[in-house]
Amino acid sequence: MKNYIYIAVLLLTLSISQAQQTPAPEQTKPIAIMGATAHIGDGTVIENSVITFADGKITTVADATKIRINTAEMDVIDATGKHVYPGFIVANGTLGLVEVDAVKASNDLSELGTFNPHIRSLIAYNAESKIVESMRPNGVLLGQVVPRGGRITGTSSVVQYDAWNWEDAAIKTDDGIHINWPSTFSRGRWWLGEDPGLKPNKNYGKQVKELELYFVEAKTHNAGNKAERHLPFEAMAGLFNGSKHLYINVNDQKGITDAVNFAKSHGINKLTIVGAYEADKVANFLKQNNVSVFLRRVHTRPNNEDDHYDLPFKLAKKLVDAGVLVALEPSGQMERMNSRNLPFYAGTTVAYGLTKEQALQLITQNPAKIMGIDNTYGTLKEGKSATLFISEGDALDMRGNQLTHAFIDGRDISLETHQTELWKRYSGKLEREQKD
Amino acid sequence: MIKFYLRLLILSCSFSLFAQDYFPSNSGVKSDNNSNYTAFTNATIHVSPSEVIKNGTLLIKDGKVVNVGKSVKIPANTTKVDLSGKSIYPSFIDMYTTFGVKKPERGGNGPRYAASRSGFYWNDHIMPEQDVMASFKYDAKDASELHKLGFGAVTTHMPDGIVRGTGALIALNNDADNALRVVDGEVSQHLSFSKSVRSNQSYPSSIMGSMALLRQMYDDAKWYAAGNINTRDLSLEALNENRNLVQIFEAGSRANVLRADKVGDSHNIQYTIVGGGDEYERLDEIKATNATIILPIDFRMAYDVEDPFLASTLSLSDMRAWSQEPHNPRLLAENSVRFALTTHGLKSKKTFKANLMKAIESGLSKEKALEALTTVPAALLGKSNELGTLKIGAYANFLITSGDIFDKKTKLYENWVQGMQHVISNMNIKDIDGEYTFKLAGQDYDLTISGSTSKPKGKLESDNKSYDTKMNYADDWVNFTFKTADSTKTEYIRVAANVANGNTLSGTAIMPNGSEYSFFANKTSSDSDKKDNKSKEEETDDAFMSPITYPNLAYGFLEKPKSETLLFKNATVWTNEAEGILENTDVLIKNGKIAKIGKDLSDRSAKVIDATGKHITAGIIDEHSHIAAASINEGGHNSSAEVTIEDVIDDEDIDIYRNLAGGVTSIQILHGSANPIGGRSAIIKLKWGEAADDYIYDNSPKFIKFALGENVKQSRANRNERFPQSRMGVEQVFIDYFSRAKAYDEAKKSGKPYRKDTEMEVLVEILNGERFISCHSYVQSEINMLMKVAEQFNFRINTFTHILEGYKVANKMKEHGVGGSTFSDWWAYKYEVNDAIPYNAAIMHNAGVTVAINSDDAEMSRRLNQEAAKSVKYGGVSEEEALKFVTLNPAKLLHLDDRVGSLKVGKDADVVLWSDHPLSIYAKAEKTIIEGKTYFDLEKDKQMRAAIQKEKSDLINRMLKAKNKGLKTQPIKKKEKELLHCHSTQSGI
Repeated sequence: MKNYIYIAVLLLTLSISQAQQTPAPEQTKPIAIMGATAHIGDGTVIENSVITFADGKITTVADATKIRINTAEMDVIDATGKHVYPGFIVANGTLGLVEVDAVKASNDLSELGTFNPHIRSLIAYNAESKIVESMRPNGVLLGQVVPRGGRITGTSSVVQYDAWNWEDAAIKTDDGIHINWPSTFSRGRWWLGEDPGLKPNKNYGKQVKELELYFVEAKTHNAGNKAERHLPFEAMAGLFNGSKHLYINVNDQKGITDAVNFAKSHGINKLTIVGAYEADKVANFLKQNNVSVFLRRVHTRPNNEDDHYDLPFKLAKKLVDAGVLVALEPSGQMERMNSRNLPFYAGTTVAYGLTKEQALQLITQNPAKIMGIDNTYGTLKEGKSATLFISEGDALDMRGNQLTHAFIDGRDISLETHQTELWKRYSGKLEREQKD
Repeated sequence: MIKFYLRLLILSCSFSLFAQDYFPSNSGVKSDNNSNYTAFTNATIHVSPSEVIKNGTLLIKDGKVVNVGKSVKIPANTTKVDLSGKSIYPSFIDMYTTFGVKKPERGGNGPRYAASRSGFYWNDHIMPEQDVMASFKYDAKDASELHKLGFGAVTTHMPDGIVRGTGALIALNNDADNALRVVDGEVSQHLSFSKSVRSNQSYPSSIMGSMALLRQMYDDAKWYAAGNINTRDLSLEALNENRNLVQIFEAGSRANVLRADKVGDSHNIQYTIVGGGDEYERLDEIKATNATIILPIDFRMAYDVEDPFLASTLSLSDMRAWSQEPHNPRLLAENSVRFALTTHGLKSKKTFKANLMKAIESGLSKEKALEALTTVPAALLGKSNELGTLKIGAYANFLITSGDIFDKKTKLYENWVQGMQHVISNMNIKDIDGEYTFKLAGQDYDLTISGSTSKPKGKLESDNKSYDTKMNYADDWVNFTFKTADSTKTEYIRVAANVANGNTLSGTAIMPNGSEYSFFANKTSSDSDKKDNKSKEEETDDAFMSPITYPNLAYGFLEKPKSETLLFKNATVWTNEAEGILENTDVLIKNGKIAKIGKDLSDRSAKVIDATGKHITAGIIDEHSHIAAASINEGGHNSSAEVTIEDVIDDEDIDIYRNLAGGVTSIQILHGSANPIGGRSAIIKLKWGEAADDYIYDNSPKFIKFALGENVKQSRANRNERFPQSRMGVEQVFIDYFSRAKAYDEAKKSGKPYRKDTEMEVLVEILNGERFISCHSYVQSEINMLMKVAEQFNFRINTFTHILEGYKVANKMKEHGVGGSTFSDWWAYKYEVNDAIPYNAAIMHNAGVTVAINSDDAEMSRRLNQEAAKSVKYGGVSEEEALKFVTLNPAKLLHLDDRVGSLKVGKDADVVLWSDHPLSIYAKAEKTIIEGKTYFDLEKDKQMRAAIQKEKSDLINRMLKAKNKGLKTQPIKKKEKELLHCHSTQSGI
């Protein structure tokens, strides 16, 4: 009876408003997914698999032909012919910080100022964003929330996409600090009559020095007794004690080299280059220095007229072949709503050289490793969080990416969205009209 | 010598008085007219570019040529100047300058949509009434600068506005006043595409707007001339008065030269067009304009490529231009394009001569060069009898040189304008180049002097130490300074010496302590410029030019693709016809058409391509694109039906090639969404390599962009001055315009005279079903509204583009008969897309609406096959139908389905060979073919990549060489192309 009331209330809520989907309750009963092709996320595949999870944790991932499991006490999902993947992870995302791009009031993306390490994205993360929920039907279940703007943009956190509020959502709080590296090129100030074209940035050295000084001062401050508070410097402490990851946005090979040497000189070992358009030219250097890459959106145009038309598509292959740890990032125009196309960004790298399982790593295991959540997320391994989904077909291809189930920490989450509701409502309207 | 100058002084005084003999004078007696002649004898006289007299005489009087020839009778009262060994040329004419005119300053806060004046044309930027003489002030300093370059006369104008009014022809006579040197106060009328900086009026805001405005202005002027307007319009009056002047149009690039000519052609006006120096890229098209080009020669310097990181950002097109630009004049001459040369566009006028020499080194003939500087501009200005030659009766505007004026070593001695002498360098100067020795305070010195007749330089050697020394040499006196041998101090010895003959220098040396010694240096050798000669030879070692490709940038073709007979064997063929998807099937392409589809086809002449395991589809068609256009929005008015994107196709947009690499063959370039009634579309095939106009479909269906919602009501603008500001107002704009169009059509059909109004003509085409609307739309209320407005005027909307809430009114759309061209999954970028859903295409399709998926984006357009595939994911559309969303259906929406969009015998051979299932994320276009011509080929692309790398390395080497030779370089500038969308507005016009 209680259940019926619950369902009735739920239906009522759905029908009277376009509110967001209600977060799923905790997993109460073990679940078994039988017969699916399991894409582990580490490059391996189990064709006919059995996957079980209880209390939000994966308990079995095995070849169904080699192991027998008693599923009597479990909810069993027959997934024969289907595919199971670990939840896809958005690296360097901004979901939940802006709802409608053109509506300023809905925008919490950046702060004033040049050096903002103390700015924390997590507290602005809108767990009820309609854009966030639209990720889930495509298998995109987790992501980093990154503030933008300024030289040091702020501190990011990692969240999962089915939560009541930002505290619920947080997987890893304040995981890293983000920097926009000075550009090699700058634009003339046309309002002062200068040529607005892109010319070599004369202030590059000066800007790097400013950043250098900032790091030195921050380190000095944190080594002292901190009698007076300095919020930005305090936020930097994690970079020096290894608890925070450093993300540097830079695209050109000279800038990348400078950025890596900069981090090294400050004893920072957890470094990721974000964007990295020319990273292939210094791939060995990155590999030697153990620097990972968040590779810029695959679906973009080449930067230069002379570049190969497919350069953005094949960069991942070049870096992976060189042994660099690579994850895909979605930043750019309409990046939030487009984050649901993350699987197709990965799919495109397959057309340009990677294997499907390698491509999958770029949006599962690799970002998890880089963000330091790989002990829990990113692959289908026993003991890890049951954050995974079942797709009718190849989830990296538009035609196969059809989800039947998705779980975050074992919770059976809704695959409905504002958009699916409108779809159903207006399909219904059309059917009614066509009957008349 | 002194006598000579004195004579000139007298001459010049009398001359200026002579010119103004009806003026009263209180400065002396008036009976002092000088009626003497001056004869220049024994000179090589270039009477005109084609007529040279050796050992001739030029006789002048009162600023005019009296006689010229081999045996000229010289009157008794003649002063003779012997020019043995020297040459005389007619002085140059620059017909495109702003000489003596101050650069207009940016205007402040006028109205944005209305004109700021009355009694003139409705648009501030149309100023045919502007007279350059009102702001002209003779600038003797600039004139002297021009004298040095050989110019004796210039045309000047006010460089501001679209129609800029009249220009004047000025003789650069520093010793007269305007009464004499203004040869013609109204010699030309000037035009451009750029707005006046002194007005804020926002229309036009694009090149296509400028083009439309000019056309309308000519129509209005005609209507005014016929007496049909009973109010005053001083602009149109002036325009009609200026009609017979030479019409000089500042275009500034080869693309704009073609555009300007197109505007002229529409009203039977042949402009003389100021080019951009890149005309060589499209010689056939430039030639076809029949226009005379006023040609700038501001050849770019080599780029500084020493930093390999920076150098890697240089584009091949910029690098090539460095090697190609100097060949532009030659190539135009070879193609019989008439041109005049100008100093316009040079940052420093001083570089004119060096660039002219470069053009000649690159093969421009000297005769053509001289024509381009003399007879051509004279003829264009209608002054062939006065200027440009030294025929009897012409102005005595001539140059005295040491020899061939187009030789690097030749010196320009004097520039005579209207019989007045302007000395550039003393032609009687003694050459003192050579090696000298002298003794001073017990020390022996060797002195080497070089460049004494131009830029004297000295080099001292003593005790195996050498010093460069600054040297002045004028009026037979040499001054130089050098450091003492004592290196612990910085002390100087100064020398002033007279050049007695060519062989000795004698004078005084003043020591640091003030004591004076007599100075005497003896010439030991006349040989001083061994090294100089050598370096000059190096500079002229080659006149290399990168090959020109079509278009002239990376991935351009050396030869445009040709139509081939192609036989694809054993493919999976997506016909988009009743036959559906055919396995193991052959496709034969012949004469640009699809000739056969079937099993086991053969054709002897065909190139056979094994397509086993591959897929063939019709070329992708993008209903909504903004690539390949120089401008997208004309937002200066709330309606801009008068503009057309066909005017502004950009044939060198690399995104064309990238789209081909994504299997796209046809696109509609839509006007933007800045206003409710936008501009007309260009529907093109991506024929990479062709010239702009050849991209457009033959018998192209006529389309126009309309727009609704946030963009047209300027929701995100800072100032809210333009109607409409709400969706309510948008409806009224449409009703207003269509009502007026209806009335216009009725008036036109009545047979009475009517004022031709292009905007109305276009709207009438819509009312008559001859032109179709593709309307940018988002929310259901406005979609519904526009259909109702159309129904009220008895026509139908052809396409709603974007149409993100189409799914809410799908049945109404079906009933109205309108198609929907939508995004696959875009939303959340603005308020009006709150309810945009990726299921939109599926729902509209299920309702029976013809559905297309479009891009509006140069990135998405190159993978529209993937976007179509999303309709399979969102809403379960079948794969066969999904592919039609980007092929057959947009063809239908564009009324092109009888030619393209499916694989059917007889249709255009616009096909794509895919490596994989065309809707799969793993598919790549391997060949993209338009009318049997292969415009993209994966293999060919690979070869081009290698060739580009090689060509760039080669050019970098050449630039390094240029830098090492001491030639000036410029910093690297990164080429960029703005990504245009619906809301993009053009800057800089």
